[in-house]
Amino acid sequence: MDTSWFVVLSAFIFCIGAAGVMTRRSPLVVLLCLELMLNAGNLALVAFSRMLGNQDGQIFALVVMVVAACEVVIGLGIIVGMFRRRLPIDVDEMSELRG
Amino acid sequence: MFFEQVLFFIAGFGAIAGALGVAMLRNPFYSVLALVSHLIALAVLFLLLRADFLAAAQVVVYAGAVMVLYVFVVAYVGGSDTPLRPTEGGLVNAFGPLAAAAIFVEITVAVVGSSLSGLGGTGPDVDARFGSPESIGDLLLTRFLLPFEAASLLLLLAAVGAVVLSRKRRGLEDLDTPREVAG
Repeated sequence: MDTSWFVVLSAFIFCIGAAGVMTRRSPLVVLLCLELMLNAGNLALVAFSRMLGNQDGQIFALVVMVVAACEVVIGLGIIVGMFRRRLPIDVDEMSELRG
Repeated sequence: MFFEQVLFFIAGFGAIAGALGVAMLRNPFYSVLALVSHLIALAVLFLLLRADFLAAAQVVVYAGAVMVLYVFVVAYVGGSDTPLRPTEGGLVNAFGPLAAAAIFVEITVAVVGSSLSGLGGTGPDVDARFGSPESIGDLLLTRFLLPFEAASLLLLLAAVGAVVLSRKRRGLEDLDTPREVAG
């Protein structure tokens, strides 16, 4: 398959994720859509790494996966904290992080 | 070659369907399940791109560990059925997909109109070691040792941060009471 197919597919997935981040209200789903965007970036990185015959892009994608895992852990921790304080689980209501 | 194309289209449609499911399903629990199927389809695409180790890490770390975390939190917080399009702020919500479509058109035009000659081909022939755990580990421990250590430090920070965020804070009530007395 040509590299451009993979890149266009990655752009499509990225845009689905971006639309989800902009329209959904539940922070859980916003985090899931962020995962979609990061994964689309990963797909582009791996596709370009294959195009160049160079494995550096795969290492980069691995680091992106680590960063995504950290972001998920902290984001879910904040959501659990909001739930414990009986705060509304809604990104529109959530305008400050002060405990 | 033909087999590769068939596999690309199957996995590509799977990935797009999973992504649409994540963004559009009402119940967050189903969104998580859609993301799992999306990640597995993406791992197949990684295999097509000769990223064997990354595909395995994707399935084990992402679809395995991270998604289990999501499922636990959704079960804890409660998969409340949030309306897809709230009535108020309809203009802003219509703007989101429009902006996303604009980004997609822009990236596609940039890719198609790009003068990058490698985009039209599958890339150079690579040997069997390309993307294998052996060569990735070799790179991680020689050329990319510093990013590797930085990533491990970041994971440690995230673990500590998660513990701090999710512990029970008994001190807060003690802190709040004197403040009310003083006020």
